[in-house]
Amino acid sequence: MKRIEAINDFVIKFANVNGSGSASANELFVKAVLRMGVPVSPRNIFPSNIQGLPTWYEARVCEKGYHGRRGGVDLMVAMNPQTWDADVAEIEPGGYLVYDSTRPMPPSKFREDVHVIGVPLTEITNVAYLEPRQRQLFKNIIYVGVLSVLLELDAEVFEKLFAEQYKGKERLLDSNIQALHLGRDYAKQHLEAPLGIRVRRSDNVGDQIFTDGNSAIALGCLYGGATVAAWYPITPSSSVPEAFQKYCETYRVDPATGQNRYAIVQAEDELASIGMVVGAGWNGARAFTATSGPGISLMTEFIGLAYFAEIPVTIIDVQRGGPSTGMPTRTQQSDLISCAYASHGDTKHVLLLPQDPFECFEHAAAALDLADRLQTPIFVMTDLDIGMNQRLCKPFVWDDTRSYDRGKVMTAAELEAGKDFGRYKDVDGDGIPWRTLPGTHPTKGSFFTRGTTRDPYARYSERGPDYIYNMERLLRKFRTAATLVPQPVLRNAAQPTRFGVIYFGSTSPAMREALDVLEVEDLHLDALRLCAFPFPDSVPEFIAAHDRVFVVEQNRDAQMRSMLVNELEIDPARLVPVLHYDGTPITARFIAGAVRKSLAQLKETA
Amino acid sequence: MTYIAKPHLHHPTLHTNKVGYTRRDYEGRISTLCAGCGHDSISAAIIQACWELDIEPHRVAKLSGIGCSSKTPDYFLGASHGFNTVHGRMPSVLTGANLANRELLYLGVSGDGDSASIGLGQFANAMRRGVRMAYIVENNGVYGLTKGQFSATADRGSKSKKGVINSDSPVDLVGIALQLGATYVARSFSGDKAQLVPLIKGAMAHGGAAFIDVISPCVTFNNHSGSTKSYDYVRQHNEAVSRIDFITPGKEITADYSPGEVVDVAQHDGSLLRLRKLHADYDPTDRYAAMSYMQHHAALGEVVTGLLYVDALATELHTALNTCEAPLNTLDAPLLSPGAATLEEINAALR
Repeated sequence: MKRIEAINDFVIKFANVNGSGSASANELFVKAVLRMGVPVSPRNIFPSNIQGLPTWYEARVCEKGYHGRRGGVDLMVAMNPQTWDADVAEIEPGGYLVYDSTRPMPPSKFREDVHVIGVPLTEITNVAYLEPRQRQLFKNIIYVGVLSVLLELDAEVFEKLFAEQYKGKERLLDSNIQALHLGRDYAKQHLEAPLGIRVRRSDNVGDQIFTDGNSAIALGCLYGGATVAAWYPITPSSSVPEAFQKYCETYRVDPATGQNRYAIVQAEDELASIGMVVGAGWNGARAFTATSGPGISLMTEFIGLAYFAEIPVTIIDVQRGGPSTGMPTRTQQSDLISCAYASHGDTKHVLLLPQDPFECFEHAAAALDLADRLQTPIFVMTDLDIGMNQRLCKPFVWDDTRSYDRGKVMTAAELEAGKDFGRYKDVDGDGIPWRTLPGTHPTKGSFFTRGTTRDPYARYSERGPDYIYNMERLLRKFRTAATLVPQPVLRNAAQPTRFGVIYFGSTSPAMREALDVLEVEDLHLDALRLCAFPFPDSVPEFIAAHDRVFVVEQNRDAQMRSMLVNELEIDPARLVPVLHYDGTPITARFIAGAVRKSLAQLKETA
Repeated sequence: MTYIAKPHLHHPTLHTNKVGYTRRDYEGRISTLCAGCGHDSISAAIIQACWELDIEPHRVAKLSGIGCSSKTPDYFLGASHGFNTVHGRMPSVLTGANLANRELLYLGVSGDGDSASIGLGQFANAMRRGVRMAYIVENNGVYGLTKGQFSATADRGSKSKKGVINSDSPVDLVGIALQLGATYVARSFSGDKAQLVPLIKGAMAHGGAAFIDVISPCVTFNNHSGSTKSYDYVRQHNEAVSRIDFITPGKEITADYSPGEVVDVAQHDGSLLRLRKLHADYDPTDRYAAMSYMQHHAALGEVVTGLLYVDALATELHTALNTCEAPLNTLDAPLLSPGAATLEEINAALR
């Protein structure tokens, strides 16, 4: 029988039951691979459920450091009888199946082209542990122990990880090490090890950090100076405010008084969340909310108010599968249009498009600055794939000399000196007006903020010229935004080419890999990664420089492509959509396949 | 007469208060509401209350939702920042503004459609959280700007101007505020300035969520016979539990009453609410008794007014959140960013 042979390049998938404590064991396995200096990218594939339903954890071990999902499974750890058939079917021919052999399984339940490794996990656990919860938890550690022998992972790496995790909790430390060795001992005595796939020490992790996008966003908001957060629980964004709360409790408490330099409110719904953020922004505090698609739908009236009344607001949208309740625990990039043009009337909003946790941190902090500078809602568009999965990325950086950009806020002294204050007047030519904060000056600078039309001095007006002045100024401000947002990142092909590709966000790692694969096949594409909307001039220039540009995105309707076509007046025929939207993260195989096919067709018709 | 600019001339004999402002300094633009609208009387009462309280106008932030009532913040306290937000959502915006700067006084102005229909959830949750504010509902039981539809506070059986009988039960905002933890709850009538001004003063000086439901007749759409929100109806059914005097902090307190007739409530800022009892059995410091009293008298068709409940020891959202004394909007990078060295430690823990 064929046997998959690969060092530092394979996919392992754990099929578990939700709520069984498998998540921390699986993470332990992944961290051990990292500590061996080998890059790995795990993904949680979980249901909208608390306990009982199937959940999977898929980890791609990849020496080259491709963090995108690969597709296919080389080693399945099948711990969930509910999903057995599908899990076994998913294994690549010549791959491996590790399962709990305590109860005999009929031969028909296995495949002939897969190497089967039975381990009596329940039996080992039940002999060693009496308490039911211990049995459940340590069974997971035992299979990790088995895997460590099968894949040649060093026991010391695990022992060090345990020592870090259970520092000061010696009893837990000892019992975890014991469980690990129960698994290791069994494997050494009874199994043929190592497998054809294995991990070998390497040095490809470097100083990279391993974290999830939602925590990184929270950290960015902490460093970026957010003091007010209002939110309503929704998957997959809830861990953003929860992480922010945790960081604030550690880093934002005045040591002298024990009082908090932050205020976090779990609101009654998304309408109240965004309302609180609008109120705080109006009053000069940096404020954010985090939500997902359904929350954006609820917030749209307020987003229109913040756009028109020009209030700084930061909105984190961790996108999930839509429409409606959609696929709450699956990933998509399908809120682009609903965010970019949120609310009735003519509106346009700034979107930032981070590709990994490093950029989640950067963009969250940048969003708070941009919101104050531009006095408008700023969206940070991440998704479940980045937000809820740990990913290797560059370490976070912060410059202690960095000051917050508070934008154009007129002070009492400036008002006192007689500086003209027109709240909605463009005095600097960039479309951005000056504002005053409530309580600034006893007699000067007060104004009435409203969602109705007004003249440049904030006086109610339904006169056509006043309305046009204001709407044109908002457009001017939007053009200014294009110069302030993170700029696109260009990757030139190895040789000149007529073809380009545009992509953004969580598609990045799969894209990087696909470009490498295509290059080997002598298919060359220049690639432009969008980091924000509105589009800077470099985007239409890139499109103009190529005959055909693929636009790769994770939604059905090619939303980014529509925005490019409409905003830049591009001939749609020149933008070829590559769309992946089944809720799983996009893969290099998918992108390369679509591009290959499309290029072949173009060649035929040419 | 909204196209006439309001003259800025002040009569030289106008009195100034302790902070040097005349009553005129608390005014806003000329009202665009109908002549005789109850809301204008409430605006006048707010102006009077703020002037008498010696509040610097710019230290007040006035927020409102959408509707006739929500337009009124433009008509008072012209030197204050105002925010006319979206329909029914003033409470959340006020909450956020309050979190950003705890040093300003927050005045929320809303209507019955704004707070009892579209905004019932936000009204209720702001009361639950104990946001420090004076929240005034200008309650006329009707949608004015859209020409006279019933709102959610219209009484069952009351008649619209077009003759339609309302079949829905009314939302009792006072009852909800009491139940959900508001620490200052009052009802008044726009036609009773002597009662309304001290109630507003007490609310502005209160240390937690203060709510005043002010019956404010709509002269255009809800002032006919068959309405329970008309001037005539409210005058005939008004049942005040007490007369209220607001005594500013430090003022000498003189006794000119018999024991048992008066309840004095000292608020956190040192001000005193002196309630001359009109109903001997009414105790305004007992939340549950107040709820029972209100329901009993509502069933008799009475419009119970006055200070219905006050908790002198009220706390507020900032207390619950343990926020620092300095307004959050004044904190800058050195106090907010943990710094590069800490970030290195965080990075190290993620390897």
